[in-house]
Amino acid sequence: MTSAFKPKHQRLMLLALALVVLIGATLLAAWALRSQASFFYVPSEMAANPPEPGATVRLGGMVEEGSLKTLPDGVTIEFVVGDGEARVPVVFRGLLPDLFVEGSGVVADGSLQPDGTFAAKELLAKHDENYMPRELADMDMAQKQQVVAETE
Amino acid sequence: MISELGLAALWLATALAGLQLFAGVMGQRADGVAGGAITALVRPAAALQALLCVLSFGLLVVLFLQTDLSVALVANNSHSAKPFIFKLAGAWGNHEGSMLLWVTVMALAGGLIALLERRLPEKTILATLAAQAFLCLGFYFFILASSNPFERLVPAPVEGAGMNPLLQDIGVAIHPPMLYLGYVGLSVAFSFAVGALVTRQVTPDFARIMRPWVLSAWIFLTLGITAGSYWAYYELGWGGWWFWDPTENASLMPWLAATALLHSVSVLASRDALRTWTVLLGVVAFSMSMLGTFLVRSGILTSVHAFAVDPERGSIILFLLALYIGGALVLFALRANTISEGERFSAFSREGALVFNNVALSALLGIVLLGTLYPLLTEAFDVKVSVGPPYFNPVGAVFLMPMLAILAVGPMLRWRRDTFARVKWPVVTVTVAGLLVLVGVSIVADIGLLPLLGIAMGIVVGIGSVLPLLGRSMRRLPLATWGMVVAHLGVAVSLFGMGTDTAFTTEKLVAARVGDTTQVGPYQVTLDAVYPVAGPNWVSLEANLAASYQGGSPTKIAPQSRSFWAPPQQTSESALLTRWNGQLYAVIGGEAPSDGGADRWQLRLWWKPFVNWIWYGGALIALGGLLSLIGRIANDLKRRAAKARGDARREEIAA
Repeated sequence: MTSAFKPKHQRLMLLALALVVLIGATLLAAWALRSQASFFYVPSEMAANPPEPGATVRLGGMVEEGSLKTLPDGVTIEFVVGDGEARVPVVFRGLLPDLFVEGSGVVADGSLQPDGTFAAKELLAKHDENYMPRELADMDMAQKQQVVAETE
Repeated sequence: MISELGLAALWLATALAGLQLFAGVMGQRADGVAGGAITALVRPAAALQALLCVLSFGLLVVLFLQTDLSVALVANNSHSAKPFIFKLAGAWGNHEGSMLLWVTVMALAGGLIALLERRLPEKTILATLAAQAFLCLGFYFFILASSNPFERLVPAPVEGAGMNPLLQDIGVAIHPPMLYLGYVGLSVAFSFAVGALVTRQVTPDFARIMRPWVLSAWIFLTLGITAGSYWAYYELGWGGWWFWDPTENASLMPWLAATALLHSVSVLASRDALRTWTVLLGVVAFSMSMLGTFLVRSGILTSVHAFAVDPERGSIILFLLALYIGGALVLFALRANTISEGERFSAFSREGALVFNNVALSALLGIVLLGTLYPLLTEAFDVKVSVGPPYFNPVGAVFLMPMLAILAVGPMLRWRRDTFARVKWPVVTVTVAGLLVLVGVSIVADIGLLPLLGIAMGIVVGIGSVLPLLGRSMRRLPLATWGMVVAHLGVAVSLFGMGTDTAFTTEKLVAARVGDTTQVGPYQVTLDAVYPVAGPNWVSLEANLAASYQGGSPTKIAPQSRSFWAPPQQTSESALLTRWNGQLYAVIGGEAPSDGGADRWQLRLWWKPFVNWIWYGGALIALGGLLSLIGRIANDLKRRAAKARGDARREEIAA
C-alpha cells in the first residue's frame, strides 16, 4: 500500500494518478469529439458532399416558400430547405416551433436518409431577436451580405 | 432620483472596495497583525460595501416595481401590464440587472466574512478580504463601464418593450437568484484559497472555516441547477430535462468543481491531507463560475440566456477572467511547493475513496469543459459543429459510473487505513443487488446500455448510501452524517429517475378531434374541448384534456399555446399531471390541416415514468447539504460556547 512509501512518494503517486486519469479523459474526449460532434451543413454542401446516411448532422437554410405541407396524419410535416444553390427535402414529425414560417431560416437536427430526404428530429427556429441557433445567426448575416452584393 | 441614488451607492461601494483592497494589502506588509491603523478599516469597509450594494440592488428592484420607464433598462425589459412577480424578477431577468445581483452577492459574501470570521489568523482574513475586494473591483468596473443598470433614457417611452415571454414564468423568480448565490458564493472559496496561499496558512482550521461557505454556495448551486432543469422541462415544451446546452454546462462545471472541493475540504478538515489539491480546487471552482459567466454574458453562445450580444462586454469579462484565473494560478505555482506535505493515508481508506471521487469529478469537469468549448474552437477554423448527448452521455459515463461504484462503499471506509475484510459484506450486498437489477431489467426490457447502467447504479448507490446507518444509534448520529446519507440517497434517486425516464418514456403525437381518446403509457387522454382564453398580457388557445390513469376517474389538464403581444411571441405552456411514479406531459400545437372531417388539433403527449424523481433527487442532495451545514455550524457554536466558558473559569481561578 502507499503508506509504505515516504511522504514525498505518496504525493508523487497521487499526482501521477491524477495526471494519468486527466490525460486519459482528455484523450478520450478528443477522440469522442472527432467522432461524435455533429457537423453543420447548408444545402449546397449537403448536395456536393453528403454526410453518411444515418449520421447525426445539422442542416441549415431557408424554408422555401410554398413547400410546407402537412401529411394526412396531421402531424408529419414536409418542406424544402434551400440556400439558392441546392434544395434538400425535409420530413419532420412533431409540433412546429412557434416562429417557424416559410421564407425564414431554420436549423434542423437529424440525419440524411438513403433516399436523399433529411429526417429531422428537432427543428431549431428563431425564437425572437435574441434567441436563435448560432448557425442561423451567422447565416442571416451571410445572406444579408449576399443580398447587398446582388443589389449593387 | 432613485436611479441616481442607486448609481451613487454603486460608486461608493467601488471606492470602499478600493480601500478594502489597499488596507488588506497593507496588512500583509507590516510585521505582526496590526499593520497600522488602516488595517482596522478592512472589516468595516467590507460590511459597508455589502450594505451599499444591497441598497443599490434594492433601488433597482423599486424602479422595476414602479415601472419607471425613464430608466433604459426598465423600458427595454419591462412593461406596465406585467404581473407583479415578473416586474420583481424583471430586475434580474436581464444582463445589467443580473450583473448587479452578481456583485451584490459578492459584496454580501465579503461583508459576512468580515463580520463573522474571527477564528483564522487576522493576517489571513485580511488577505482573504483583500482578494474578495479585488474580485469585486473588477466586476464594479465592468458594470460601471459597460453595463450600467441605472442609465436614463431620454425621452422616456410611453410603454416598455416587455420581457421575453419564455422568461415570464415563476422559474425566473427562483432559478437565477439561486444560481447566482451559488456561482458567486464560490468566490469566497477563491478568496479563502488566495488568502491561505498568501499567508501560507493551508491548515485544517482553514478548511473547517471554509467548509460552511463552500457548502452554502454548493446548496444554492444544486437548487439552482435543479430548478433550472425543471423550468426548462416544463417551459420549453420539449419534454427534456437536460439538453447539454452550453448555458446548462456553464452551471454544471462550477457544480462539479464545487462538489469535488466539498469532498476534499472535508479530507483536509478531518485528516490534514490533500492540502495543495484543496487550494487548487478553491481557485478552479470560482474560475468555472467566471468562465460560465463569460460564455453566457459575452453572447459568444447564442441562446436563451445570452441576452447580451456586445463584444465590448465580452472582452472586459475575458480580461477579468484572464486576470483573476491567471493571477491565482501564478500565485499557486509560486506558493504550492511551500505547502508542506499533509498526513499520509493508505489507498484503501476513506481518503483513498475521496481522492478517487475528486479525480473522477475533475475528469468529468474536463469532459464537459472540452465539449462546451470545442464548437468555439472549430469555428475558428471555419468548421461548424455542435456537440450534444452522443458525446457527453457515453464519455461522461466512463468516469461517472466508476465514481458511483466507489460512492456506494466509500462512506463505510475508515479514515487512514482500512481492510477489505471489514467492508466485505456491504460490498457483496451492493454488487449482488446491482448485478441482479442489471440482469433482471435487461431480460424484461430491451433498453440502451446507459439507462440500464443508470437504473442499476441508482439502486446500488441507494442501498450503499443508507448502509452507513446500520448498527448506529439514529439519535446519536451527527447531523453532518445524516446530511451525507441524504445527499447520497438524492444522487441515487435522481439517477434512477434519469435512467427510467430515458429508457421507458412513451410519446404520442396525434391530430385529435374533440372527443378522441389517445392511450399514452398507463393514461387514456380524451380531448374534451379547445377554446381561446386571455391573460394579462397574452391570449391563448387552451385544450381541455381529461386524463385517466389505468381507467380511473379522469383528471382535467389544460395545456396552452400562448401568444404574447409585448414583445410579440408564442410559447407553449405544457400541462403536467404528477403521480409518485411519473408524469403525464401534454402540449398543444396548432390546428392540423383539415382532412374533410371535423377540426383536428395537434397534441403531443408523453408518459414519463419516474421523471419527477430526478428533481426530488436534486432537492434531496440540497437537503443533505443543508443538514450537514446546520450540523457543522451547531457544532461550531457549541465548541465556541465551551471555549468561552473555559476561558471565563480560568479567569475566575486566576482572580
